[in-house]
Amino acid sequence: MASLDDLKKRITSVKSTQKITKAMKMVAAAKLRKAQESAERGRPYSKKMNNVILNLSNGISDKENAPRLLSGTGQEKTHLCVVMTSDRGLCGGFNSNIIKKAKSYFSKILDEGKELKIITVGSKGNDQLKRVYGDKIIENISFKESKNANYFDADKVGKMVIEKFEASEFDVCTIFYNQFKNVITQIPQAQQIIPLNNEGEESSSEESYEFEPDEDEILSNLLPKNISTQIFKAMLENSASEQGSRMSAMDNATRNAGEMVDKLTIEYNRSRQAAITKELIEIISGAESL
Amino acid sequence: MSEEFKVEIVNPEKSFLVKDDVSEVVVPAFEGEMGILKDHISIISFLKPGIIKIVSKSGDENYYVEDGIVEFKNNNLSILTSTIFNLADMDKSKQQDLLKQAEEEANKTDINDQSKYLADQKVEVLRSIN
Repeated sequence: MASLDDLKKRITSVKSTQKITKAMKMVAAAKLRKAQESAERGRPYSKKMNNVILNLSNGISDKENAPRLLSGTGQEKTHLCVVMTSDRGLCGGFNSNIIKKAKSYFSKILDEGKELKIITVGSKGNDQLKRVYGDKIIENISFKESKNANYFDADKVGKMVIEKFEASEFDVCTIFYNQFKNVITQIPQAQQIIPLNNEGEESSSEESYEFEPDEDEILSNLLPKNISTQIFKAMLENSASEQGSRMSAMDNATRNAGEMVDKLTIEYNRSRQAAITKELIEIISGAESL
Repeated sequence: MSEEFKVEIVNPEKSFLVKDDVSEVVVPAFEGEMGILKDHISIISFLKPGIIKIVSKSGDENYYVEDGIVEFKNNNLSILTSTIFNLADMDKSKQQDLLKQAEEEANKTDINDQSKYLADQKVEVLRSIN
């Protein structure tokens, strides 16, 4: 059995860990509110954007000559995956959930004999992926300096993706991120952004639009913007999910530390009592023998 | 019957402005300024740098935009834009900053004609605000 001193040391160390996790939980809770707000405020934009594109693509008469960002290159040989994770750890299963989702997708693609390219956004994803898929990662972006997710950063990623698409470096692009549902639930998502996948979505109206200039020109202007918008949406959802996930992870850690302190305290008290009893027995039996 | 319709301006961060009592909106569409009144035909167009003018009972409002998309449908006007400023809130220094940025962009030689045109537009509009 551990000595009294050892127990005491352990109790103090667990207590200080608990203080840290508690502080992290509170910070995450404060940040979560902000991130959640901006995620919710950002939704109308991406939704509207999607709607407009949907209406536009329905209006296109000549599907064959539609912009390539919409219709794709006509083959699916090379897949580009943008895996979006956080830059910081200690947020529960947040990063591993995305990675797990991404990895199962990767192995599916590789099994089908297709080529795979990966862009990682956020350093944690890069750390986890580079062991297995190191040679597939073509780019690693991290926005450690930016405090909040902002459109400017998303635009940078979007432009890069489009540049690579124009250079015919890939045929299909999918982004991986966590969708924020509530504090305890985040759903890892795989969303295909090139070519645009509108299957299963109904157009809001059959009404015909007037276009100025014509559909093609608007579409070719709109689609690159949509890529950035979708990436921005993913970033917002991700940052809300990260904080939510961190908050619940730290809450759990704090509770576990509390339980541990209780257990250790009981053990400490018992052994203290045992030591006293032992001493008393020694004294008494010493006195009796005289 | 009232002659008012709804306008909604959204940027990626948030819903920028929602107004129910708008009687006319003038947007800098790509092929020239376009005034939108109630019961306009459904239209989708995109914006070049310029001034959006919103006329409502509570007075006129002017916004500076750099790009965006307008969609008008069922008397709902949606404007999606990434860069928008209310002219009433814009002070001289902010305006000068934007102007300087736009001028730099316009003076670049390695850009294509379209972005050159857009940058020139920006400069022109920003100068005209003065």
